[in-house]
Amino acid sequence: MWRYLLPIGVFVVIVGFFYRGLYLNPGFVPSPLLGKPAPEYDLPRLKDLSQTVGSKDYEGQIALVNVWATWCIECRHEHPYLVELAGTGGVPIYGLNWKDDRALALDWLDTLGDPYEASAVDATGEVAIDWGVYAAPETFLVGRDGTVLYKHISPMTPAVWEREFLPRIAAECGGLPCAASAP
Amino acid sequence: MIPELGQFALGLALCLALVQATLPIAGAATGRRDWMALARPAAVGQFVFVALAFLVLANAFLNDDFSVLYVAYNSNSNLPAFYKFAAVWGGHEGSLLLWVTILATWTLIVSVGSRSLPEEFSARVLGVLGIVSFGLLLFTLLTSNPFDRLLTPIVDGNDLNPLLQDPAMVIHPPILYAGYVGLSVPFAFAVAALLSGQLSQDWARWTRPWTVSAWMFLTVGIALGSWWAYYELGWGGWWFWDPVENASFMPWLASTALIHSLAVTERRGLFKSWTILLAIIAFSLSLLGTFLVRSGVMISVHSFASDPARGVFILLLLTLVSGGAFTLYAVRAKHMVADGGFKLVSRESFLLLNNMLLVVALVVVLYGTLSPLFIDALGLGKISVGPPYFNSMFLVPMLPLVLLMGAGMHATWLGMSGETLARKLAIPAVGALVLGLLLPWVIFGSAGVLTVVGVVAGLWIIAASLFDPVRRLIRRDAARPLTRAQWGMTLAHVGIGMFVLGVTVSSSYSIETDRAAVPGDRWELAGYEIVFRGLRDVQGVNYAAIEGEFELRRDGTLVTVLTPQNRVYRVQSSPMTEAGIDARWYRDIFIALGQPLGDGVWSLRVQFKPLIRFIWFGALVMAFGGLLAATDPRYRSKRAESRVSSGGAVSAETG
Repeated sequence: MWRYLLPIGVFVVIVGFFYRGLYLNPGFVPSPLLGKPAPEYDLPRLKDLSQTVGSKDYEGQIALVNVWATWCIECRHEHPYLVELAGTGGVPIYGLNWKDDRALALDWLDTLGDPYEASAVDATGEVAIDWGVYAAPETFLVGRDGTVLYKHISPMTPAVWEREFLPRIAAECGGLPCAASAP
Repeated sequence: MIPELGQFALGLALCLALVQATLPIAGAATGRRDWMALARPAAVGQFVFVALAFLVLANAFLNDDFSVLYVAYNSNSNLPAFYKFAAVWGGHEGSLLLWVTILATWTLIVSVGSRSLPEEFSARVLGVLGIVSFGLLLFTLLTSNPFDRLLTPIVDGNDLNPLLQDPAMVIHPPILYAGYVGLSVPFAFAVAALLSGQLSQDWARWTRPWTVSAWMFLTVGIALGSWWAYYELGWGGWWFWDPVENASFMPWLASTALIHSLAVTERRGLFKSWTILLAIIAFSLSLLGTFLVRSGVMISVHSFASDPARGVFILLLLTLVSGGAFTLYAVRAKHMVADGGFKLVSRESFLLLNNMLLVVALVVVLYGTLSPLFIDALGLGKISVGPPYFNSMFLVPMLPLVLLMGAGMHATWLGMSGETLARKLAIPAVGALVLGLLLPWVIFGSAGVLTVVGVVAGLWIIAASLFDPVRRLIRRDAARPLTRAQWGMTLAHVGIGMFVLGVTVSSSYSIETDRAAVPGDRWELAGYEIVFRGLRDVQGVNYAAIEGEFELRRDGTLVTVLTPQNRVYRVQSSPMTEAGIDARWYRDIFIALGQPLGDGVWSLRVQFKPLIRFIWFGALVMAFGGLLAATDPRYRSKRAESRVSSGGAVSAETG
């Protein structure tokens, strides 16, 4: 009569996972990439598919890598601030357009402004998996030597920028004049 | 003093729930009628005290009693009175009290409506409801007391979350909870049947109207939430596959399957143990939703501020209530064997397919919702499952389901020849196919494969549902009028067809444009001319807003003026988008004001959404079908008959 035992079996497994889940923080992703080299990639450019954009484009400099998509509501909330950040001419921002519709993405950048040096088209999500992307929007801070200095999940806000990003950027600059500042 | 009265009332309700949860079930097991007879008074008393606690909390909100912590967190003296009342369920503690209040209300209705049922059976049903209520009351009092006081009262409150300051949000939670919690009734009926070890076809007849009622509330509640997301979140989407949306959708899928398997159990005495299992699963998914929303294991825009102690408690409750029921099922279900088989082409076959496909859909949603948690718990990393997974995977069971639905309605119980069925279906099938192939081309000038499939499927369900009733009307066939339950089924299925049409047409032919505009700009959208007239400041009671004014013109004549707003609520200083929508049955024109881009330029989102109203209107038609089915006189007349006999027995005994 195993079939009558099946429901309770499935139930017990699910409850076991829930119990474990209570002690995990879904918002906290201890990125295994922190302090490690950022994964390399080379993908088509959103605005010109015949060209590519990738990790080589920001080799040797500090850069932000922002994961976005038009289906992501929170990305829309952070977008004006990204445009503002890009306007200060500080740290260059590279976009990773994640599993998105290209026409909508282009339309989005046309109307809301384009804060990105270039956006890479990650249609299959493979690069996002390499980068350990949990949910858009996510923003990575990549250092000059190509290591991941910090990762922020959820929209970028002035508070997060000042509290988490600016000190790390300043430390990376090592007292040298650093272009990044709060807008 | 008054808030303490509320807490005291909850304590008394807890005691009564303990009585209701223990003695009637023990009485049914040992045959003690005096213990069984305690179930109804305990249920009534519990309702009185829970309702009192609820009114006390509402009173604290309406009188701005900011000495109560929960009121201080979720209200403000400038909040309109309407929203002060809705703020009662604007946070975790109060919405839990709403949960308990609605459970007490269902229990009260069951205690009245079950008078005609066998004594042991209704004692067990009310006992099971008492167990659930006891657990939730204990949870409220131990971890989430809404009546906790602030030692030093504050002058003014923190205000209700601006997202919730909306008419649809006022009624969405109570209606959704009425559905969620209402599924506790078929659950209690199922557990009562397992406890007794017997399941008759009468059992299915008793359970059906309760299941359909809960399903009806769930349908309306989900539709309201979707409608709210559409105009309030600001960007014109109506379903996001968010974990909490899924948490309300999974019980809906399970209860839809349950309604159909109950039909087979009632009419043919088949699927007995399966029906019991579905009833347990449906309510377990409601509890699971409660766990997901309130424990912090998921990230969602809907979730409440979480606390690990609460998570552990709800998990324990889920384990005891659902785990207990599943264990009982494992022990007892083998006694609920079917009385016979059925033929290949029969109503039973179609309903079996319906159940299999709905369960596949349920597994798709359950897996997509929980897999980020599973993968994380296994230490395999963090993954996210987004709309691409759900949209494509969900179609796999849904497409055959909607195609089979039209045929299933025409199949007869016990079986028929495939030829007869095909002959019955030929006209609606050909009609749907021809119209579905033609209409998208005629109206919109182009059509993709999925669009045609969707339109044909939607028209097919509507045509197949209405074909027979309409033919009878035309022939004035008064000899075999449709029963109210049959009308209910017909309408519910028409609602599904409208929903399918709405989803297909709005997702295929919507025009969504983001544009940057300055006042004075005019442009074309789907044959309409839109004129951006200007902007002005608007002061609301508790918010300040910038309002855009847009004229919508067609062939030079003014259709309407749309006034989307960007609001900033003063207390929480959070921005909110109020879209301007011109809604007609056949299309919406939707304008949302974005951000200022400098030099008087504004980003706008302007959308043309054909047939989008069919999504929510279809859901309302489904729910109305549910209302008709749940109130079919068949359920009442049988009750009345048995009531006469049991009343006679009582008078004979007392006389």
